[in-house]
Amino acid sequence: MKRAVAAVATGQTDHASSRKDVGIPELVREAVDRCLEPRELTFADFDAVVLGNMEMFEGINMVEHWLADAIGVAGKPLWKLNNGGTVGSSTAVAATYLIASGFHDRVLCIGFEKQSEGSAQSSITTVGDPIWERAVMAGAIGNFAAMTSVYVNESGVTAEQAAKVAVKARRNACLNPHAQLKMPDLTVEQVLESKMLAHPVRMLDFCPSSDGACAVLFAAEDDAASLASRPAWVHAAVTAHDQQYMGDSPKRLAEMRSLIEARKRGYAQAGIEDPVRDLDVAEIYEPATYAELAMYECLGFCEKGGGGRFIDAGTPLMDGALPVNPSGGVLSANPVGATALIRVAEAAMQVMGEAGEHQIENVRTALATGYGGNAWTDLLVLRSEKP
Amino acid sequence: MTDEPLRLPEQVTLRYRFAAGSFASHFFTTLKEEGRLLARRCPNGHVLLPPRPVCGLCNVETEDWVEVGPRATLGGYTVVHVPFTDPMTGVGRPVPYGFGLIRFDGCDTNVYHLIDETDAEKLRIGLPVEPVWRDASERTGSLADILHFRPLYEEDA
Repeated sequence: MKRAVAAVATGQTDHASSRKDVGIPELVREAVDRCLEPRELTFADFDAVVLGNMEMFEGINMVEHWLADAIGVAGKPLWKLNNGGTVGSSTAVAATYLIASGFHDRVLCIGFEKQSEGSAQSSITTVGDPIWERAVMAGAIGNFAAMTSVYVNESGVTAEQAAKVAVKARRNACLNPHAQLKMPDLTVEQVLESKMLAHPVRMLDFCPSSDGACAVLFAAEDDAASLASRPAWVHAAVTAHDQQYMGDSPKRLAEMRSLIEARKRGYAQAGIEDPVRDLDVAEIYEPATYAELAMYECLGFCEKGGGGRFIDAGTPLMDGALPVNPSGGVLSANPVGATALIRVAEAAMQVMGEAGEHQIENVRTALATGYGGNAWTDLLVLRSEKP
Repeated sequence: MTDEPLRLPEQVTLRYRFAAGSFASHFFTTLKEEGRLLARRCPNGHVLLPPRPVCGLCNVETEDWVEVGPRATLGGYTVVHVPFTDPMTGVGRPVPYGFGLIRFDGCDTNVYHLIDETDAEKLRIGLPVEPVWRDASERTGSLADILHFRPLYEEDA
């Protein structure tokens, strides 16, 4: 990179299934204020915005028209991204490139979703190719469950191992003031007894639907060091895409091509050789329990087929060798357009030492990923050490 | 301000007409009129359905049409219990229903479709299945001209 770039401030709403007390501009403003105010910054203190949202959920388009005032961007450069679940982390990758290239000095990333205002399960149909895929769609859950059968067949992971991911997430969420699903007493048995959505995925295996927003400010070099006492420096920021139709890759969950490609490039950029040794914490975009197990494998946290044993060993728990999603993750809050930026924010908070009750001790290196229906993966590595 | 928060309901109905393009038009015309399934093959031998001008595995142009199926195997499966609005009809598809990845014999990719089975324990990856066609007079030239796939348990090794 031509200039070193760091995340220097983050802000999140308290994510909920329905925030009917605020409109979309007010929801977004809440996250922006929480990002800027603790650093005593104002709208005058950033020079560009990258905005992310999955417009179809709310049936809104060019939302930046009526968001501009609320986020202080009138008259400034603004980029709008719209690449599904990945969009939040894509704003962070884009901000990194905009600053590293020297075109901008301080870029504010914003992601938001207000799923309670629309028809998420129905409108998600529109991500399918209208000629080939819509006639026989079964929503995000049915699609996901069919992929899960392939992963289960390949890896032999059990429903109990998946349930352990659900328990980890909802217990960790109790330590995160922004999380939506906090279940301190959740047990594996309760997960296994929860409503079957689409075999083998049960209600507590799946992420919720949320209203929420997130903002992260990025800056360069000495400026970043002046804005935060412990900036989260970007050591890797990559995005990878995959081929077109949903049925093309038979092992879409077992072998996520875009995630594996992003891992290879991102780990090379950041010098990660053994992720369990070299990473102190990971915030990954896990839309369901089985996906988290598969992602352990695709991210190289364990050997192929070892995702179930990885959680059995306790490695990704809060007190394990590589805590995964101390925030409670996507399983505990999923405002889609914000979700992947929340992963970046949480990774940055861990590096900056600002994660509060879910802070992992002595974090020097943190991983964040974003995921959009397997077609798209972002991966960032943040460190306390300047590159 | 302590007013009760208001919510403004709105329902939007939008109509679209999507051009299928030359490859899909050829596929669906053949499917509708002859009940045959045509895939595209790339120079490296990948047989791709949906048919397309470029192979995503090789990033090279595909070069010929090859017939695949109609026999197939399951590449992945589920039984869906959560209601979902069928985008073709606008009404909820009755639950539970079988759903999965269908790999036509001779093809290197899968397409999603419905499976005529609601007991997930009976399904497995590799299970032989065959399409159940809509009556020829009612076909429209869409994947929905196949109603669903019927498991061939009697032929399962």
